[in-house]
Amino acid sequence: MIKRVWLLPWIGLFLSLPAKAAWEVNITPGATAISREVYDLHMIIFWICVAIGVVVFGVMFWSIFHHRKSRGAEARNFHENTAVEILWTLIPFVILIAMAIPATATLIKMYDNTDSDIDIQVTGYQWKWRYQYLGQDIDFFSSLSTPREQINNEAAKGENYLLEVDNPLVLPVGQKVRFLFTAADVIHSWWVPDLAVKKDAIPGFINESWAIPEEPGIYRGQCTELCGRDHGFMPIVVEVKSQADFDLWLADTRNAAQAQAAAASEEWTLEQLMERGEQVYNTSCAACHQATGQGIPGAFPALVGSPMVTTDIDAHINIVLHGKAGTAMQAFGAQLNAVDLAAVITYERNAWGNDTGDSVSPQRITELQQ
Amino acid sequence: MDALGRKNRRLVLQLVLGGILMFGFGFALVPLYDVFCRITGLNGKITNTGPIAAEEADTSRDIRVQFIGINNEAMPWEFRPTLNTVSVNPGEMRQMAYFARNPTSARMVAQAIPSVTPAEAAQYLHKVSCFCFDQQALDADEDMEMPLLFVIDKKLPADIHTITLSYTLFDITPRLSTGQIIKDDTQRSTL
Amino acid sequence: MDTTLSVDSTEHGHGPAKGLGRWFFTTNHKDIGTLYLWFSLLMFLTGGCMALMIRAELFQPGLQLVQPEFFNQMTTMHGLIMVFGAVMPAFVGLANWMIPIMVGAPDMALPRMNNWSFWILPFAFSLMLSTLFMEGGGPNFGWTFYAPLSTTYAPPSVTFFIFAVHMMGFSSIMGAINIIATILNMRAPGMTMMKLPLFVWTWLITAFLLIAVMPVLAGVVTMMLMDIHFGTSFFNAAGGGDPVLFQHVFWFFGHPEVYIMILPAFGIVSEIIPTFARKKLFGYASMVYATSSIALLSFLVWAHHMFTVGLPLAGELFFMYATMLIAVPTGVKVFNWVATMFHGSMTFETPMLFALAFVVLFTIGGFSGLMLAIAPADFQYHDTYFVVAHFHYVLVPGAIFSIMAGAYYWLPKWTGHMLNERLGKAHFWLSFIGVNVTFFPMHFLGLAGMPRRIPDYALQFADFNAVASVGAFIFGLSQLLFVYNIISCIRGGERATDQVWEGSHGLEWTLPSPAPYHTFTQPPVIK
Repeated sequence: MIKRVWLLPWIGLFLSLPAKAAWEVNITPGATAISREVYDLHMIIFWICVAIGVVVFGVMFWSIFHHRKSRGAEARNFHENTAVEILWTLIPFVILIAMAIPATATLIKMYDNTDSDIDIQVTGYQWKWRYQYLGQDIDFFSSLSTPREQINNEAAKGENYLLEVDNPLVLPVGQKVRFLFTAADVIHSWWVPDLAVKKDAIPGFINESWAIPEEPGIYRGQCTELCGRDHGFMPIVVEVKSQADFDLWLADTRNAAQAQAAAASEEWTLEQLMERGEQVYNTSCAACHQATGQGIPGAFPALVGSPMVTTDIDAHINIVLHGKAGTAMQAFGAQLNAVDLAAVITYERNAWGNDTGDSVSPQRITELQQ
Repeated sequence: MDALGRKNRRLVLQLVLGGILMFGFGFALVPLYDVFCRITGLNGKITNTGPIAAEEADTSRDIRVQFIGINNEAMPWEFRPTLNTVSVNPGEMRQMAYFARNPTSARMVAQAIPSVTPAEAAQYLHKVSCFCFDQQALDADEDMEMPLLFVIDKKLPADIHTITLSYTLFDITPRLSTGQIIKDDTQRSTL
Repeated sequence: MDTTLSVDSTEHGHGPAKGLGRWFFTTNHKDIGTLYLWFSLLMFLTGGCMALMIRAELFQPGLQLVQPEFFNQMTTMHGLIMVFGAVMPAFVGLANWMIPIMVGAPDMALPRMNNWSFWILPFAFSLMLSTLFMEGGGPNFGWTFYAPLSTTYAPPSVTFFIFAVHMMGFSSIMGAINIIATILNMRAPGMTMMKLPLFVWTWLITAFLLIAVMPVLAGVVTMMLMDIHFGTSFFNAAGGGDPVLFQHVFWFFGHPEVYIMILPAFGIVSEIIPTFARKKLFGYASMVYATSSIALLSFLVWAHHMFTVGLPLAGELFFMYATMLIAVPTGVKVFNWVATMFHGSMTFETPMLFALAFVVLFTIGGFSGLMLAIAPADFQYHDTYFVVAHFHYVLVPGAIFSIMAGAYYWLPKWTGHMLNERLGKAHFWLSFIGVNVTFFPMHFLGLAGMPRRIPDYALQFADFNAVASVGAFIFGLSQLLFVYNIISCIRGGERATDQVWEGSHGLEWTLPSPAPYHTFTQPPVIK
């Protein structure tokens, strides 16, 4: 478990960290009316707490200073006072009611059921998110794009270290977006502070929340429910675009999907597949099976020299497409396109000295999937 | 000291009994929670099922009902609603279907688990019949359309215009093949 | 409390048995109390080492020392050990030592059961720690072990974890039964309920909470066991179960559990502050009522841990209001402590310093708790480091500081020696600085958006994490001074008088120091 050579690159990287203003101490006012309201609520409660603290600690420290034996203070003999005790039961009660009123108002606004402009289904997977624009024919996975080398301190960390993804969620500005949350394995939780949306994604159940982003921009968040090993490595990136840019993006994304399908019917050489396969492997497989293909003994099997990877090609394709029930091995058939599937299987069969020479064509995958 | 011994024994017996009762209460929370969900619609569990008398539809309201199909982790089936959304009047009985196909080379058994959002709407969505009442089996490469018949109660709160009904498809083949019974019919009918 | 007694100076009976057998077979409340306290200290240091491992990994962004799967095992084990191995046994140890001599009883009501309830614990924790060396690793699903991560997706060692939790539950329930029987049946004549020292009162209420909720915990892990091995579907959606049900049952146990870890702390502090303020506790009766109301309310607020699971509006509102209500009795307690100090004649020995730090820092933890109760704001705080900061403020400078305060307060009575005040104060100041440097920046981290339970983080969180890690090592290493202080106090030091502290009142201070092996074999007379 413990890595041996860690000290030197660690110190080196510490010195090379980008100088970023990092002393952020408060929640963000965010990019929606609701998030600003939550921010204001947070500040009101905070200042009330500070005020109570100043009074209580003030009396306490005043007593500590003045009523100490070394200053000759004599203890007085009082130990109850019904009027005072009732008073300091009632006053907090009144303060609490004062807090509850704005809190209730904000909460009711959050539970607003008016119609939405876009519905997006958000599904949590170990350890990535899937976004489906309902009725729009757009469906993609979004996973961490920070290279493993940065995480393992073998390369300098980028500005958005651990908060960057391959395919961000794209939203139009000023539209009511309704999110439908669910999960395909364990419980995840989708949180984007700037939208003030945090909702659990629970397998078998559906939850909803909504936001109207008011400013174009890039907003980042993370999974906030412990969901297994890579819980810390499944960020959320939301890109809010103007309506025109959003429409452009919609068209581009649909075209890209068609191009993907066209690519699957092209001929791919072993080298092309290997090159693409390595990228796919590193984003989708290396987290468990490791970049070296050695796996983690007792948890994730090694692919190097594995009989399935070196001989039984049908079983190999089958497990990548359909996963293995009761294990962490997921069904990648729905998550990756035919080219990526063919590429990654080819890569696994030829990398790290497996050298089977096998090449799996995208057409073969497409046929199996039909 | 004997009086004290008796007093202690009685107290200990009472406290042990209290502990046992609380252990039972832990388990009783399971059905209590179901009752609680039924009353509050917590978690979007649909509890109104079975035949219903025909009613006049309330044509003054259009409710958008949205359908979602989700595959749980290693479930390789193709699974989707035949229509993404339908517009329904409260009181109107409506038929819908989900398409399922088993692309693998082996027979598989699946169970669909429904969920509704907003949760407040769950108790107003009445399912007359649903494929989720039963387990679904498909042979290798077989497909089918699975029907669903539902009515939306006219008492649906006025602020709800959209109801989302999701089904999550679970692969229960391994559990069945090891001889583990999922649950009895009475339990399933509450799904 | 106006209690004087006719000291029966000719304590009879035999002394402790010789050799190791004394500790294995003892039924003496003082021996068992000592065993509990040493055990909890050992667990505190073990769980502390795990915390330091976590903080070392989080010192810088990137993965340096441990891999994520081991990190998750560390956070899980740290939580379980600190809650069930350090804080709870320490309070039971203090109860064993002090309750009989505070109520004038010769021993606990059920001495043999007392022996069993302690000796289950080393087995339970050996079993739980051994899972770290099993195939697939130890529990890695957080101390709250949410299904299905802890059932369908758990490592095989989860079965041993469940068994260990069962054993801990048995131990706690037996301990609680014993404490209730002692307090209700073994009081000296004249020791009426409203004369009980506040530590005894808070423990009585705590013991009832334990009996009410530890069986529920046993129930929930039993359901997990059945889901994993016997094909039931309590928490498995595929079979008609509900993962959210797990959270409801768990937190029905979990929230009262939180008060199990803080009510005895209230009791200890309510003993110490009057002693060093040389003034009777202000509002004794309201303290008792406040404690009871906190205990009752604790059964009605569990879902505030679950604001983001998608509760209906009415549910969110109910749990928000109920949670906010807890601030009222808690506030009463803080006001009473401050009123006790007001116009007292205060001195600041080590136990008092810890008690004062408790009042201030626990109150800060209470404020963040109040903020967390506000459901719409909680959506931004939930499962971030703000929550980590909150519960560490109530548990470390809350529960742990009160245990240390209690230990320093009663050590002279246990050992017959006064503490080296200079070293005690050094321990206090190092701990005080360490705790705040560790946990205060965590508020900022959480508000700025850092989720909890992650082994690596974005660059904007780097600076506060580095600060927190430095604080953690200051706090962790300063506990070695605590161990040294205890051992040197046992070994020798200035002889303690019977009353020990100038302002102390109560039956325990009428006994000789160190307290004889058998005390109050003849009940004291209480005026």
